[in-house]
Amino acid sequence: MNIKKVKNGTDLTILVNGRIDTVTAPEFESAVKTELDGVKALTIDFKNVNYISSAGLRVLLSLQKKMMKQGEMKLINVSDTVNDVFEVTGFDEILNYDMM
Amino acid sequence: MKELTVDAAVENIDTVTAFVTEELQKLDCPLKAEAQISVAIDELFGNIARYAYSPDIGKATVRLEVEKEPLSVIITFIDNGVPFNPLKQAEPDVHATAEERQIGGLGIFLVKKTMNLVEYTYRDGQNILTIKKNLR
Repeated sequence: MNIKKVKNGTDLTILVNGRIDTVTAPEFESAVKTELDGVKALTIDFKNVNYISSAGLRVLLSLQKKMMKQGEMKLINVSDTVNDVFEVTGFDEILNYDMM
Repeated sequence: MKELTVDAAVENIDTVTAFVTEELQKLDCPLKAEAQISVAIDELFGNIARYAYSPDIGKATVRLEVEKEPLSVIITFIDNGVPFNPLKQAEPDVHATAEERQIGGLGIFLVKKTMNLVEYTYRDGQNILTIKKNLR
């Protein structure tokens, strides 16, 4: 997994490369959470995320809850495969996202 | 039939995934099914790695069989750890809002929704969890 972060004032964009699973989810979570102070708009670019398991969903839920208190969170470039996981688990109703 | 026995540790999820994926690619498995099976391995082998022998380390065996008509793969996860039937976990409320949402049981729910069959038995001191996925 490789994570790029771009901070612009209160905007934070995260570009994730790889899969978000049991092994990589903790790394993803700490990479994002350490940057969240003062962030009002969090964008996570999923262009290079080929799949996500429940460990990754847990992190997204936790981030979503945190961002609901301080601003908003959006996922962009979500693939069909990842969208299928969101739909099956009801995360399509929790997360704000655009497909690829 | 092919079999792989490794330490039940999260570091070995990649090893198991590679073992299964190699066989799937020989079968021209569609990418979507391959991704779903990878997620299932992460959930199921991940559970074994975290809970079956905790805090000790034990072995887990992953067995892969192929069926024809319709083409499908059957993957069996076997461990000698604490008896645990993941299928008995309560299903998550998938329509709850983010604030209300509880996260337990999500992984196994995902596996049940994406695989064609999920079965659990406890026999001779072994947890035996089988998933089946049709590839056509």
